[in-house]
This record gives sequence, structure tokens and C-alpha cells, in this order.
Amino acid sequence: MQLTARTGERAVVAARFGKYVKVLAALCLVGTPASADVLPDDRADVLYHNYDGGGITIQGPSVLVRKKVGDSLSFTGSYYEDLISSASIDVKLSASPYHETRKQEGGSVDYLHGKTIYTAGYIHSREPDYEANTSYFAISQTMFGDLTTVSFGYRRGWDNVYRDIKVNGIIQNDPTFHQRADHRAYTLSVSQILTRNAILNLNFEAITDEGYLQSPYREILYVNPTSSNSYLTAPQVYPNTRTSTASSAEFKYYLPYRAAITGQYRFYNDTWGIVGNTVELDYTHPLSRPLWGGNLTFDGSVRFYKQNNANFYGDLFPRLDYQNFEARDRELAAFHSLSLGFGAEYEFPKVRWLNKSSITFHFNRLMIDYSDFHNELYTKFNGTPFSQDPLYRLDANIFQLFISAWY
Amino acid sequence: MKNRIAGLVAALVIALPAVAADPSGPAPQFTLGAKGGSTINLAQYKGQVVMLNFWASWCGPCRQEMPLLEDIYKKYNKLGFTLVGVNVEPDSKAADDWLKATPVSFPVVYDKDSKVSRMYDVSGMPSTVIIDRKGNLRYLHHGYKPGDEGEYINSIRALIRE
Amino acid sequence: MRINSELNPRAACFGDARKSCARRINKLVVGLLILGTLAGCAPIQPWVKPYEREHFADPIMSFARDPVSSSYIDHVYEAREGSRGATGGVGGGCGCN
Repeated sequence: MQLTARTGERAVVAARFGKYVKVLAALCLVGTPASADVLPDDRADVLYHNYDGGGITIQGPSVLVRKKVGDSLSFTGSYYEDLISSASIDVKLSASPYHETRKQEGGSVDYLHGKTIYTAGYIHSREPDYEANTSYFAISQTMFGDLTTVSFGYRRGWDNVYRDIKVNGIIQNDPTFHQRADHRAYTLSVSQILTRNAILNLNFEAITDEGYLQSPYREILYVNPTSSNSYLTAPQVYPNTRTSTASSAEFKYYLPYRAAITGQYRFYNDTWGIVGNTVELDYTHPLSRPLWGGNLTFDGSVRFYKQNNANFYGDLFPRLDYQNFEARDRELAAFHSLSLGFGAEYEFPKVRWLNKSSITFHFNRLMIDYSDFHNELYTKFNGTPFSQDPLYRLDANIFQLFISAWY
Repeated sequence: MKNRIAGLVAALVIALPAVAADPSGPAPQFTLGAKGGSTINLAQYKGQVVMLNFWASWCGPCRQEMPLLEDIYKKYNKLGFTLVGVNVEPDSKAADDWLKATPVSFPVVYDKDSKVSRMYDVSGMPSTVIIDRKGNLRYLHHGYKPGDEGEYINSIRALIRE
Repeated sequence: MRINSELNPRAACFGDARKSCARRINKLVVGLLILGTLAGCAPIQPWVKPYEREHFADPIMSFARDPVSSSYIDHVYEAREGSRGATGGVGGGCGCN
């Protein structure tokens, strides 16, 4: 039983869920500055990104422009787009390929006074059925012989959630559906230079969400009471609050032959019962000899992530209304993932009117193995019992190509 | 939680770095190898106003300041003033490469083992010290922002007249 | 069977036995952060001098070397995972000026 008139939605759920967190990630662009006694460098970056996996492709541009004005002010503007195309098996069956665009703009200002940087910014994101607004503030202070930088940040987000429905074969907005979601986040970071070659960062972030926190299209599965080998669907029910805390440590070390190695660990837990552990190792290796007048630098990374499921998550509930809250979003399932990354940056020979310019290529292979999410397409098409469906495994290729200029 | 964070922020804002006190006393003596192969001894400049500028090729504001220091040197050198650039890098190759592209006419010495930097308690990059004709420390400035060269010129003029 | 996930503020390291584990880890990190903050007031001399920070001026030692790229890849992970926050990218630099 399909409760929504929308077809092909499952293929794009991965892109739709966690819209707020996409905005969160955008903050890495402008969040807190490197050293609070120096404003960030003037630069411009134009990036093309492409994600291909699980039957969907998401691609688009990402642009950043940053410029100092006078001695104390730095302005940053950003623009980002996700063009989502779905080519999944459900879409093929229903013969309605799916396209959607999400656009995001942001701006921020950094003000330097002594050894303190004050930052304020705003991000606006829009797609047909979701609008997110975020404002943020941060203070960053360098102290102790400039070896330590402490930063505080506060972020406030307010979202409008809409829903698309299919009317006479045409996808359009459902005027009866309008929900809201609010977010608040507090961040605290300490960056400490340990030796001439080593630096350690400790980060802490607490986030609170309130309101409509789910996808309006997603459904849960429950055992059909009249035929236990098949299942029926029903809308998800999420709690309307969520509080999470994340603590992480990043360590960077300079190797004597000029290379850098980075290790990161993050611990996450929240009131939905999710506990996530992230470990990442990066290695950056610049070639010592110039190439065609410029410099080449290689990057490699390995990231391992593991989480358990949310306490209201269920792959297949034994019956309808089994519990107060029910969800089947893959993002809340139990899984582990491995991401392998490789990048190469070529710094062009010096041009008179630019401090530095470069082109970078980056590739990631992301592999997610779900422990409690089945690929129920099999049950749908082959009539096999749900228990014999294979556990879902997602493999994605992520590609980035960007040009950067410092002026 | 909110109150704790607010308290921490207040504590940080109050704990601003202390203002550096005016330096005094005789300038520590040193002898260092200079660009071009010779050695330079601070004592050889007694009787002149000496400005020591601690810099490194990896430091942006240092590089930005150098052409302005060159102008100051050229202007006041005949009036009993000299400028010595003290490069603080253990390996001078990067500094020499940079000086090849942006040459200066004032002497540059290499403080490869940071001995002189420690003697002068260099606590910021770049750091500028001005020593009077009698060999005493008179002026100290950390960092460089466009416009600072005006302060240098004022101090130099005052000390030249002494 | 009712499950009310809203009552337990820092639920589940994994189940009852590890309920306090998450609380302890978070407290530890916050404690370390406060210590790090207060260390600024202690009478210990900075042990890495400004003229010894040449490696931190090197872009390969920057946490924010390619902000557009790190922001994008963080977004890819956060959209597919339950975790969010504390992705880092602060600090370092040569400290000039």
C-alpha cells in the first residue's frame, strides 16, 4: 500500500533526509578561522562535484569568494548547488525520471581586533520542498604565545518543510502541508600547537532540533497481518525533538621530508539512541621536485565510520503501531562504512597578478554496509520472503574537480 | 550549559594578552654570519641608531614589510642609522631564494640556531627592535600592519637627534 | 511496547550498562577543553617560539587547506549518517602578526 502519490521517492531519500545537516556542512566553508590573530587569506574557489551511487546522481557547482577589506575585515560569499537525478529501479519501473535542484547561498564577515576574530554569517538553502535558513556567530581568540586558539560558536536554524504530491501525473507542491523545524547548535574548539611539528584540535558540538524532523515521503514496513510473508507500508513517525553531542580530536604532524599526516576521531551520541564512531587518517605528500614549472601534491585518506540504529528504527516492524515512534530511514539504521580517498593538486607556476593558483582533482569511494536494512526490492519483484532479501550495501563514487586562486 | 559557556566567554575576553613593556637596558651583543659570507658584530654599529628586524621567508607580513624597510634604510642610512635583517630560519635556502627575487641593500644575518632570537626574546613574527647610539634598547614592535612603518620612522628620527 | 526516546538525555552507548559511558566521554572532552582554555592563564612559557613555526605556515599543515572541498565531503557524509557536528577544521597557521 503506497500512502503517497509520489513515485521514485525512495531513490532520492538519501538526498532529502538531513537537509539541515547539509547546511551544517556548509559551515566548514566559513566556520571558525585558522588562527585568530590573522584573517583568512583572500581566495576564490570554483568546484564541480559529482556523487554517483545507490541509483542516484547528485552533481553541481560550489563557489567560494573571500576578500579582505582594510586591515580588520574579511568578507566571504558562497554558492552551492545540488542537481539530483534519480535513475533507480523504482523510477525505471514507473517511467518517471526524477530531477530536482537544491540551491544554497551564504555570506559571512570576519572582524579582527587584536587577537580576536568575530564572525557572523547567514546561509539560505532552497529546494522545491524544503527551505532552510541559518545564522551563526563565532568568536575565536588566540592566546598563550599564540600557541592556543579557543573558539566559541552559536548557530540558529529555522526551516520550512513542504511536500510534493503527484496530481494527474504531474509533481506539484501540496498546499495543505507546511511544517517547521528549528535548530540550535553550540560549538567549542581548542587548537593547541604541541611542538614545532605537531598540532592538536579538540572540538565539541551540541545540537538541538525541534519540530518536524522527518521526511514526509518515507515509510516504514510492517508485517502484513493477513499474510506474514509480505509487508505493508505506513508513514514514519519521528520524535519532534533531538539533542546530540559530538566530541572530536584532530592531530596533525609534519614529517621531516615535508609531508603531513592527520589522524581524527569523533564520538557522537544523541537522544535518539544513535552512537557513532568515526576514525580517519589522511596523508599529504607534496613532490619535492617541480613539475612543468609548478608543484604537485598528493593526498590519500581512509575513513571508517560505524553507528548503531536509532531506538525507534525498524527494518520491518512486527505490526502497525508497534511503538510510539517508527522510522525506516537508512541514515538511522545500524551500519558501518569505509571511504577511501585520493587527491592530486597541481599548483601552477606563479602568475604576476595572483599569489597562487591551483587545480585539484579528488576521488572518494564510499562503501556502506547496512546491518539492519534490507534491500526489499527483491521481495517486491521476485516474491521472495523478506527474510531472504540481502542486506543493503551502497557503493558510491564521489568526484571533485576544482580551481583555486589566491590574490 | 548556556551560563557555563557565557562564563567561559567572559573569562576569555578579560584574559587579553598583556601589553609589552617598553624595553630598557643594553642590547645583547652578538656576532652572526651575514649574506655574502662576512660576519657582523652588533658592536661595530655603536654610535649609530640600529634597527634589528627579525623575519622569515615563510611569514607573510615579514615579506610585506621588507620593501618598506628598504626604503627606510636608503633614506636614513646617511644620517647615522643602519638596519640589520635577522633571518630566523634554520635553513637559509628559502630566504636566499626570496632575497634573489626581492633584493635589499641592508645587511642580512642568519640566526640559524635561534640564539639571537632567544636573547632578544622574540615573541612575534616579525619583530622590530631599535637600539640607540649608546647601544641601549629603546623601541620594540611585534608584528606588521600597513602603517607601522610610520611609527618606525618617528622612533628613528627621535633617536637620530639624540 | 512503548519506547520513549525523549526521556533519556544521553541515551545508549549501547544499552543500560553503557548509559553513563557517553556522559563520561562528553564530560571528559569538555573538561579537557576547559583545561586547555585555562592553560592560557598559567605561568608556563610558550614552548614553541614564533620563529619556530615555519612548518605551520606550510599549507599542507593547514586544517582548512581546501574549505570548499572539505565542506562538500562533510556534507556527503552527514547526509547519509546519523552523526553530525564536531567535524573540525580550526587552528594552526604561522601566527604571524
